[in-house]
Amino acid sequence: MADIPIPTVETSPKHQRFSSERFIPKLLLAPSLLLIVIFVYGFIGTTMWVSISNWRSASRDLSISDPVLGVYDRLFNTTRFQIDLRNTFVFTILFLLAAVVVGLALALLLDQRVFGRSVFRNVFLFPYALSFIVTGVSWRWLFNPETGINLLVENLGINWLLNALGLPDFSPAWLTTAEVWGDLGAWLPFLDGIKAQLGIPLAMIPVVIAATWQLSGFAMAMYLAGLGTISHDIREAAQVDGASGWRIYRDIIIPLLRPITISILIILGHVSLKIFDLIFAMSGSGPGFATDVPGIFVYEQTFRATRYNLGAAASIVMLLLVSIVIVPYLARQLKEL
Amino acid sequence: MATQRIDTTTDARRGRLANIAIIAILTVAMIVYLIPVYVMVITGFKAAADVSLSQMWRLPDTLDSGGYQQAWDRLSPNLATSFMLAIPATILSGFIGAVNGYLLSKWKFRGSDVLFTLLLFGMFIPYQSILIPLIQFLDYINLYGTLPGLILVHVVYGLPLTTLIFRNYFTNIPGEILEAARVDGAGVIGIFWRIMLPLSLPAFVVVGIFQFTNIWNDFLFGLVVITDPNDQPVTVALNNLSGGFAVEWNVLMAGAVIAALPTAIIYVLLGRFFVRGMLAGSMKG
Repeated sequence: MADIPIPTVETSPKHQRFSSERFIPKLLLAPSLLLIVIFVYGFIGTTMWVSISNWRSASRDLSISDPVLGVYDRLFNTTRFQIDLRNTFVFTILFLLAAVVVGLALALLLDQRVFGRSVFRNVFLFPYALSFIVTGVSWRWLFNPETGINLLVENLGINWLLNALGLPDFSPAWLTTAEVWGDLGAWLPFLDGIKAQLGIPLAMIPVVIAATWQLSGFAMAMYLAGLGTISHDIREAAQVDGASGWRIYRDIIIPLLRPITISILIILGHVSLKIFDLIFAMSGSGPGFATDVPGIFVYEQTFRATRYNLGAAASIVMLLLVSIVIVPYLARQLKEL
Repeated sequence: MATQRIDTTTDARRGRLANIAIIAILTVAMIVYLIPVYVMVITGFKAAADVSLSQMWRLPDTLDSGGYQQAWDRLSPNLATSFMLAIPATILSGFIGAVNGYLLSKWKFRGSDVLFTLLLFGMFIPYQSILIPLIQFLDYINLYGTLPGLILVHVVYGLPLTTLIFRNYFTNIPGEILEAARVDGAGVIGIFWRIMLPLSLPAFVVVGIFQFTNIWNDFLFGLVVITDPNDQPVTVALNNLSGGFAVEWNVLMAGAVIAALPTAIIYVLLGRFFVRGMLAGSMKG
């Protein structure tokens, strides 16, 4: 090809560069993408396989169980797993409610630009920087029924006051009670097959408090970031129109914060659906599985009982729950990219 | 501040009263938030004999370093492990995330946004759903139970977050800078080294702090990937301290303080960057 007219000196490297500019980014991304394909998608696929296999002892058996979804059938008929799902929903709802209310309240108070604003903000967000294990360990002691919060209530004279009003002492058993408040199953006859009592396990309330302590600062910071973007002009315009402070918040600012609330619900919601560390350190499964959650179930079935297929099936249920929340969120973000 | 002053004296007085009320509410809330911290710190300073249930809220009569001493003796190997884990894992996942973020923001190709979204999904999965194959895989490559194995795990599962933060950061850097460098003959890699990397120091600080905190605070991977209790990260060791029949609360609380201290110090000193990482990790840029 030597006699073909030589391309001009300029176009050759330019053309070369052009193709390398298309090729190099993909080449450089490939290792990361390969890792994610293996460690995320490949491993999830493998876990799905295990969840429909006969592997329920230390020796690996990857033959498919008969019927195919037999393990899932067994899982959903296990009382403990039914309790775990109930606990997850109760925890998620109560925790999201608490975190959003507390976070919004703190953000609105801090929005008033009072003295010492940054000190307050830093203290409220501080627990977010800690490990769930640290949180669990310290709150476990605070909720010890013999001491901790119950003792503080006693020392502050609150029980004396309650007694004077003819009320009993305030001394809940916190994490040590197996009591479940209410039973949805009694009202809804089609829930017959469910063996778990569909109510609120009271031992979950201390866990909700600890989680709110740790993560309400996140909600607060998100709201503060949102409040920062609501321009001064909007506030002033409303003020000039004669709206009072509270009405400006109720009618204008809080509705504008709606997208932030949705983001908070998605982020904290997916955290609470897969909660594990906090409960593991704070109360474990609890009395009568009152604080048991799928994360603990998976860990114990897989690593203690070596029932790999059952543990894998429960983990896939966790993944599906999280995906219901996260996939629409990611899909929406993708459209905006 | 060219706003018209329409404040009357009564309005101003009402404003001042409202301010005082707000500060009062915030102060009460702050005390409530600090209760666990107070209890952890003072209990650690109590001698074992003083940790009676009825004395929980009292300051220790005499400062006893016994709790901290014992907790330190039992946790210091694990503390070292956590540092040897979190520092390299943070640097590696940060650097790879910087490259990914640069490519996915400045060198988009057909399908790159979809790939980015598929990558992001890895940040949200419950890790329980990958543990069985993960351990088999680590065993296969002879890294099960080892620190390098745990570092690898944190690097890989850290990539979605680090990539996200860097991608958002590089998106905001104007394309003209890149075009100018291209005209000068710089290629994909040259632009990254000579232009983007020097510009991305603030993003490295954010990613470094946030990712270090995440890895330090991890529990599940440390628990299942490392089998020898002496080699497990400090969060796992702290949880082990609370096992057994009689819990030594002064040692446990001192241990909690020790395990929390590195991330707490980072938060106090560099909180600004921490918040930025947190917000960047939860929202698009």
